[in-house]
Amino acid sequence: MGNLGSISNMFKRIGVESEVTGNKEKIASAKKILLPGVGAFDAAMERINEGGYREILDRKALQEKVPVFGICLGMQLLTNSSEEGKLPGLGWIPAKTTKFSFENDSKLKVPHMGWNRVYEINQSLLIRDLPPEPRFYFVHSYYVLAENVNHILTTTNHGVEFNSIIQKENIYGAQFHPEKSHKFGMKLLENFARL
Amino acid sequence: MLKTRVIPCLQLIGDSLVKTVKFGSHGYIGDPVNTVRIFNELEVDELCFLDIRATREGRTPNLSILQQISNECFMPLSYGGGVKDFAVAKEILSIGFEKIVINTEAYNNPSLLTRLAEHFGAQAVIGSIDVKKNIWGKYQVFVNDGTEKTSLDPVEWAQKMQFHGAGELLLTSMDRDGTWTGFDVEITKKISEAVSIPVIANGGAGNIAHIREVVKIGHASAVGLGSMVVYQKKEMGVLVNFPDKVELEKNLE
Repeated sequence: MGNLGSISNMFKRIGVESEVTGNKEKIASAKKILLPGVGAFDAAMERINEGGYREILDRKALQEKVPVFGICLGMQLLTNSSEEGKLPGLGWIPAKTTKFSFENDSKLKVPHMGWNRVYEINQSLLIRDLPPEPRFYFVHSYYVLAENVNHILTTTNHGVEFNSIIQKENIYGAQFHPEKSHKFGMKLLENFARL
Repeated sequence: MLKTRVIPCLQLIGDSLVKTVKFGSHGYIGDPVNTVRIFNELEVDELCFLDIRATREGRTPNLSILQQISNECFMPLSYGGGVKDFAVAKEILSIGFEKIVINTEAYNNPSLLTRLAEHFGAQAVIGSIDVKKNIWGKYQVFVNDGTEKTSLDPVEWAQKMQFHGAGELLLTSMDRDGTWTGFDVEITKKISEAVSIPVIANGGAGNIAHIREVVKIGHASAVGLGSMVVYQKKEMGVLVNFPDKVELEKNLE
């Protein structure tokens, strides 16, 4: 789910130049990278590995240290592994991705879908000056837990407390869809653009 | 955050936005894409689009207008109208809609609900029920944009839709549609009490007191707003708007 069209439009609205591309030269010269996620974990990792994007992305993220922002599945790809797949993730942030699992009689549903609050754990430029009571639109069946609490920017509760925004140095991830979260999402993308 | 979801339910005929009265005559509202931009400004939490004539006119969903709507839309979206098979529903979800609304096809082929729910999760499937009260006060279910009367009992049909996989119900009162006279609280209450999935009460909203009534007495978990969000007032000009959020919150506490 999610929509590249609405991400592009949100950037346009805040006056930020962006381009949806699979072109390696363009990615190699990008000043910032947004990694959206559509589909399943292994399919995405396979596309990154076998499409020949891995080396460029590793260089951008780990050597050049340009800001990289993974959203939804894109955040999960930043972690070491996911219960959704067998392939290792990018492993840029020490964390793992786990499936929500509730008792059958639980009122909690999987996927976690809907608006939910985020609670700040650590400060960061990415989440600076969000409108009061920040909330975002989530659609996901797997969630991220970082190994190091310093890498957690916000948490959200859906039966378990999971990491809704994470950061390690120049690498950021958000579990929700900023492009579907009107003023809250717009502020977040604006902050990312200003990093 | 609003505990009760307040959802503009917007009617399309092809690529035009319209608003009907009692499922009959309709007024022209404008361009849906421009309207979405206004709802972005108003920071609405969810939008629903229904192509009310697609099934009746034998049309498949207008994917090009849906793509344009989705690209402009900074909030979650649902779509209904002319969704007859799995493939087209999948396409609409991949365009960036979150939920599919099924009405007539659920009647013809309830297994579509099941297939969609198994594949995309029940949260992506809204069962839609159009009801009308007959002169003896009995509620009847209509399909095909209110043109075809069925023998279904609305409460039983709601339970069946839940059983088949709907994760949510959109309950529209044909008698109240476009009338500004308030929701049909009676049928909303009956259905809300008979199912465990959320019920969106739709049809008839004219003011915040109506919303409060259908939530507090009718136990609706969400409400759909039509005329109220596209007209200034009853019998006045087009004005895309949304009720005051502070006022709403106060009334829905």
